[in-house]
Amino acid sequence: MSGNADIYHEMIIDYSRNPTNYGKLENHDVIFHDSNPLCGDSIDIALKIDDNKVTDIKFDGKGCAICMACSSVLTEITKGKSLDEVRKIEKNDILGELGLEHLQAVRIKCALLSLKVLKSALYTYLADHLDNSQDVDSLKEDAANLY
Amino acid sequence: MQSTQISFENLRKDFPILKRTVRDNKRLVYLDNASTTQKPNQVIDSITNYYRNYNSNIHRAVYSIAEEATEAYEATRDKIANFINVKDRQEIIFVRGTTEAINLVAYAWGRPHIKEGDIIVTTEYEHHSNIVPWQLLTQEKSAKLEYIGMDDNGELILDDLDKYLATGKVKLVTFSLMSNVLGTITDVQKIIEKCKAAGVLTLVDAAQAVPHMKVDVEKLGCDFFAFSGHKMLGPTGIGVLWARKSVLETMVPFQGGGDMIREVHKYESTWNDLPYKFEAGTPNIADVVGFGAAIDYLTKIGMDNVREHEVELTKYAMKKLSEVKGIHIYGTKDISKRGGVISFNFADVHPHDVAQIIDGEGIAVRSGHHCAQVLMERLNVAATSRVSFYIYNTKEDVDALINSLNKVAKVFKL
Repeated sequence: MSGNADIYHEMIIDYSRNPTNYGKLENHDVIFHDSNPLCGDSIDIALKIDDNKVTDIKFDGKGCAICMACSSVLTEITKGKSLDEVRKIEKNDILGELGLEHLQAVRIKCALLSLKVLKSALYTYLADHLDNSQDVDSLKEDAANLY
Repeated sequence: MQSTQISFENLRKDFPILKRTVRDNKRLVYLDNASTTQKPNQVIDSITNYYRNYNSNIHRAVYSIAEEATEAYEATRDKIANFINVKDRQEIIFVRGTTEAINLVAYAWGRPHIKEGDIIVTTEYEHHSNIVPWQLLTQEKSAKLEYIGMDDNGELILDDLDKYLATGKVKLVTFSLMSNVLGTITDVQKIIEKCKAAGVLTLVDAAQAVPHMKVDVEKLGCDFFAFSGHKMLGPTGIGVLWARKSVLETMVPFQGGGDMIREVHKYESTWNDLPYKFEAGTPNIADVVGFGAAIDYLTKIGMDNVREHEVELTKYAMKKLSEVKGIHIYGTKDISKRGGVISFNFADVHPHDVAQIIDGEGIAVRSGHHCAQVLMERLNVAATSRVSFYIYNTKEDVDALINSLNKVAKVFKL
């Protein structure tokens, strides 16, 4: 990786100034909160789910430019997807979109906090709506291996 | 004390790390001294010398190198007693750092003394290490934790203290001598005076103060006093708890094991004398030796000179920073009331982004909540950027910081 300022390209700065899908979502079906103990980034993600599809999504909270940009991209990717598709979203789907594949280790948590929150929100929803306990166990395993 | 005879610029050659470059051949400008300081050759060499020439356990064996190790270990205790003006060396207990010192007090003093309904008072600008141990203790004992508030200038509101003391339920008031975020120097004499009048014990977290100014424990009149070696040129993993002997004698052991006992039988034991009652197990001998070398180094410079140097730098940095459009500095503008720590925010740019961009220019600052989330809540910010100085910093370092901030302004189109 070369200069540190390189990651702050136009798209990142734009997203950090004008995040998409930002704010509170009324009548959500599930909401989840998490924070990064190292830097204080703090994100809520709320989902509206109809027919096993994410029909609306909003994120709320405070974070650095990397965190805000990644949260924006994540919500854009997630909106309209089926729950199965959301389960399959991977970190490189976000990092690749913003050219952050080589982000250094200390900043990767800023980039992926929102993905962690989204997955946790999804698993919370599924745990409440699934009757197959085996499925819930495998979901928890998924969550544990997120980063 | 002779002043201004020290060439601080010359000291830099004692610190090998300051010669290295980072990120595309940039000079390392280290401005995170409130977190940990760099180490001079004298400290590094004293540690390798111990391992190379007289590595052995202390207080037990009779052979020659064990005697040398014991002497070096105990010599640091005397150096510390002298450095902070403590008369009785038995009151100096070696611990891992300030965090362990405070936890030791919360456990070994707090458990036998704190009862349901008692109050422990801390402040809004404490480090987590002076909050969480008291949360654990008060929750376990159904006691209460209360806070002395902070005004918008970053100074404590002592009326709050009066209010809590008036309940008659306060058992301990615990506070930092200098805030690790705002640099505020606490009005310690006033707090201790009030507590003494009320018959309440005081704990002073001096992690940010002892490295940067002359501190006289006897004059302070507190009951517990804690600081860390690594914030004052010494190695990590070694610190000091000082406590008044009459208080230490009312405390239960912290950890059980070797060296802290007098006699051990199948079902009961008796305890060693102070301070060894609180130093269970083989201690961190090498780093105690290194800590001694750090104290020698600082003693040679003179703490009044250290303070004077930092006041100069802080004054310069406050002026330069406030000239940058969009910089907001937290805490008092009165240099006599603050140490060499400056927390700031830069327009709407998150401190993590500031730190990352200026790191590209070789500048090391801290960004985040600085283990002071209660204070961040009080300031209503998620995080700040923080610069903090030590003896080897120069005005050129401040200039490099200011230049790098211009780069942030450019990237974020401020």
